[in-house]
Amino acid sequence: MQATDTTNPEYFHKVVDCQYACPAHTPVPAYIRLIAQQRYTDAYLINWESNVFPGVLGRTCDRPCEPACRRGRVEAEPVAICRLKRVAADFKDEVADMLPKAGPPNGKKVALIGAGPASLTVARDLAPLGYEVHLYDAQAKGGGFMRSQIPSFRLPESVLDEEIGYILNMGISTVFSTYVDSMAGMLTKGYDAIFVGSGAPRGRDLPKLPGRKEADANIHIGINWLANVAFEHTKEIGKRVIVLGGGNTAMDCCRTSRRLGGEEVNVIVRSPFADMKASPWEKEDAVHEGIPIIDNHVPREFVIEKGKLVGMTFDKVEAIYHEDGRRNLVSTGEDPVFFPCDDVLIAIGQENAFPWIEKETGIRFTSWGTPIINDDETFQSTRKEVFFGGDSAFGPSNIITAVAHGHKAAVSIDLYCQGKNLSKRPPPHVTLVGQKMGIHEWSYDSIPITDERKIVPLEDLKKSLSDRMVEVELGFDVETAFIEAERCLNCDAQTVFTDANCIECDACTDICPTSCITFTQNAPEGELRNKLLVPAENTDQDLYVSGTLPTGRVMVKDEDVCLHCGLCAERCPTAAWDMQMFLYNMAKATPDLVDVK
Amino acid sequence: MSYYKPKFQHPKLPKNELGYTVADYDGAVSTLCAGCGHDSISGAIRNACFLSAIPPHRIAKLSGIGCSSKMPTYFLGKSHGFNSVHGRMPSVATGASVANRDLIYLGVSGDGDTASIGMGQFVHLIRRNVNMTYIVANNGCYGLTKGQDSATADLGSVGKYGVKNPFDGIDLASLAVLQGASFVARSFSGDKEQLEPLIRAAMAHRGFAFIDVVSPCVTFANNVGSTRSYAATRDNLEAMPIDFVPMREEIRTQYKEGSSQTVTLHDGSIIHLHKASRKYKPDSREDALMALQTANRTGKVLTGLLYLDTDSQDLNHTLALATKPLNSLGKDELCPGSRVLKSINEGLR
Ligand SMILES: Cc1cc2nc3c(=O)[nH]c(=O)nc-3n(C[C@H](O)[C@H](O)[C@H](O)COP(=O)(O)OP(=O)(O)OC[C@H]3O[C@@H](n4cnc5c(N)ncnc54)[C@H](O)[C@@H]3O)c2cc1C
Ligand SMILES: Cc1ncc(C[n+]2csc(CCOP(=O)(O)OP(=O)(O)O)c2C)c(N)n1
Ligand code: SF4
Ligand code: SF4
Ligand code: SF4
Ligand SMILES: [Mg+2]
Repeated sequence: MQATDTTNPEYFHKVVDCQYACPAHTPVPAYIRLIAQQRYTDAYLINWESNVFPGVLGRTCDRPCEPACRRGRVEAEPVAICRLKRVAADFKDEVADMLPKAGPPNGKKVALIGAGPASLTVARDLAPLGYEVHLYDAQAKGGGFMRSQIPSFRLPESVLDEEIGYILNMGISTVFSTYVDSMAGMLTKGYDAIFVGSGAPRGRDLPKLPGRKEADANIHIGINWLANVAFEHTKEIGKRVIVLGGGNTAMDCCRTSRRLGGEEVNVIVRSPFADMKASPWEKEDAVHEGIPIIDNHVPREFVIEKGKLVGMTFDKVEAIYHEDGRRNLVSTGEDPVFFPCDDVLIAIGQENAFPWIEKETGIRFTSWGTPIINDDETFQSTRKEVFFGGDSAFGPSNIITAVAHGHKAAVSIDLYCQGKNLSKRPPPHVTLVGQKMGIHEWSYDSIPITDERKIVPLEDLKKSLSDRMVEVELGFDVETAFIEAERCLNCDAQTVFTDANCIECDACTDICPTSCITFTQNAPEGELRNKLLVPAENTDQDLYVSGTLPTGRVMVKDEDVCLHCGLCAERCPTAAWDMQMFLYNMAKATPDLVDVK
Repeated sequence: MSYYKPKFQHPKLPKNELGYTVADYDGAVSTLCAGCGHDSISGAIRNACFLSAIPPHRIAKLSGIGCSSKMPTYFLGKSHGFNSVHGRMPSVATGASVANRDLIYLGVSGDGDTASIGMGQFVHLIRRNVNMTYIVANNGCYGLTKGQDSATADLGSVGKYGVKNPFDGIDLASLAVLQGASFVARSFSGDKEQLEPLIRAAMAHRGFAFIDVVSPCVTFANNVGSTRSYAATRDNLEAMPIDFVPMREEIRTQYKEGSSQTVTLHDGSIIHLHKASRKYKPDSREDALMALQTANRTGKVLTGLLYLDTDSQDLNHTLALATKPLNSLGKDELCPGSRVLKSINEGLR
């Protein structure tokens, strides 16, 4: 194998599993250490710079970081990264004064259509540079789906208002309660660039299912219904409710129903429980609230009596899995099953819809209805001054992905407005600093604790169900947060190897608790992976390979389960191993948004 | 400074026949200087015991005084141990071995502990063929007392303080062969591929098994001019690789015909010696001495299995001692009473 090129920041970036998995590349271990040091404000600022909505995301993020967390590979559960983010938000001081202000006008004007997390991120990244930002939304308040879809018992309005406020206060001109009905019209308004962050707003229906039309009064499209609840147009629902679908929208629909008068709420889903799209924790929460999830049932018809919906029938199926990963739902041959109900919520997915973007604008779409985009770095459409991001770009995803798109689109818009080449992306902001404090002392808590993952306490169930505004999760207290923070393995404390210093004494190999380091003859990657002390079977994780050492061997470190404990560097006589703190910040239109020392 | 190792292990860490991982053979985190050859030897002992699936509680570690003699703290944390006084580990080992013949004795000593203050005891250990493995971590100096030349330091070797050693060094391996040791080997702390099988073979051998291990002292003898630095040892190394296959385990490696010779130990374990082309056979004391002398004369560090007598008789056999550990004998066996005493006395009249 080639010797590893650690001067390429992507190598060490990938070692920080959580940060690498985070679409916005939040420097997770850095803020977790700050939480352990009770520096909640600094922890918040670091988050805010990367993900813009720490308070919101600390409660609602899809957390792709957690399944990636290294801790999950050395023990049962990953670090509760998401809930630690909430700790930073809950215990921070007043931060408004520490956030950037609108910069002196630079003469450029941009329109952002839709005020969801994608557009808000673009606004935040561009405002300090002096852009005049016009933010459009059909709704009366900003936030997009974060406001209209995510129920208050998961995300209190005050948290949302606070974090959206930080952005709107940067001199953003809001054009709310205004549905943009013509892109052609927008293009004549003299904007230097337009960003489309209008989401994926159309909920799927079951138009062909028998009885659909007749029962219309009691059948609701999940996302429309949730928006109506959020904006208080809908205040109640029947006692018996069927929620169709197995995604997170279905989970929010059923839990909201329980709070709006639904007593017998059933989630009925086509696929097996394990295959449902909803995150495991969302399913758990629904089950905890006494909501049965009935799987392997395919809707057959809406049953009407005397012109009114009385229930639904379903066909029972079972899943047959094929070798190539395909799945078929095959009828079990049993009789259809009837479930009585007063109302049905259809939560079976959403799609993009751009009825307001005319053909003549030159903005072209794929056959799936998503815009054709230059690439997932620039987010430029087929009309060069129009950019897309968030759910509008590639279909429904999540908040943190929308934020990540926002950062990249803002960089593109800034380059575009300066007449620069969009494909020449600014590099990430990277530092690598030695952590030696004494002969054998590191600046971070290097030896990991063995405590198991802490559970977030919940509000009393009865109280939760009595009011949709009562937040269910109570968040960690500072003592629990400290222990949870200490579970972090500090994967950003990189093991940096200097070939020329190594005297091949083996001390590092012998001490390493997780057998990461092997000195052996070089070989092609597959072979090398096999002949390590413990074969490196997890090919998602890189091998760190040195140049050839005096005995003709190479040092090979399998990054997979390194604990970043620093023992290799402690036992190395020549500092061939050193622990160096790696900070990586993805490029943003405004480089240094916050100042954390 | 970290005083303990995290409890986490590689989830796929292999297990031996007893269900233990190599981590179960760990000791405390070493307090020796980082990079000390002794730590590598500790690692090799740990690995060897793991690979041979020896239950940790069947092993007793014995040592004297010195950095090397501190080593037992840093491996086999679940085994028995006795850290004796300087140069006196042989007497403790002899006593332990006759008192409980069922334990596996592993002595760890230094060149000072063995070749200076302990020399008198050492040779008698050999002479009596006490059933144990005796490892000398040989760094040519007194590491613990700040690096004075030891009795094994080579003539002309320069220590950290820049002074040339004016005396000829004692070659412990030659001495052991000459004195009649039944298993003699030499190795290098930086060559685990050879050291591990040697330790496994030594522990399987019945009788006194001696391994002289060149073990660089990174702090006081790893300088230019020292003959026992990492660099000098590697430059002059002449290694005879070996493999060890314990009894009952199938032989997996394919050996080219004529490329290796095998020696079978009393318990059925097999030692494979590579590079048979060298025509080196470890069954002759004369050949062993010759090879050692030649290597010493040419400044080479000859490592590998130097001499082995598979039919050796250990002390317990020679003296026809009790066939069971003393601690398993009952009161009646230990103190057969006045009737037996009387009959013995009668026999002497
Ligand atoms: C029920 C539900 C629960 C969810 N829960 C989570 C969760 O817990 N965590 C998570 O990470 N993600 C969640 N998501 C997904 C997440 O909300 C979205 O992925 C994210 O909000 C997308 O952001 P966006 O900026 O692309 O657009 P959106 O948030 O969708 O905002 C688009 C905005 O554009 C406006 N708009 C659209 N067209 C026009 C127009 N022509 N003129 C003016 N305004 C317009 C809309 O009114 C809307 O306010 C959930 C989604 C749903 C449906
Ligand atoms: C009776 C006695 N005499 C002298 C000493 C001082 N002393 C301690 S260690 C040592 C030499 C150790 O050398 P060696 O056995 O080579 O061990 P190393 O530290 O080199 O591994 C000496 C002389 C002592 N502890 N006890
Ligand atoms: S930091 Fe070093 S000793 Fe610790 S787990 Fe990683 S490689 Fe092993
Ligand atoms: S401890 Fe240091 S000098 Fe020794 S082998 Fe490891 S990297 Fe090389
Ligand atoms: S002084 Fe020398 S022998 Fe002792 S621990 Fe340090 S390196 Fe090892
Ligand atoms: Mg010594």
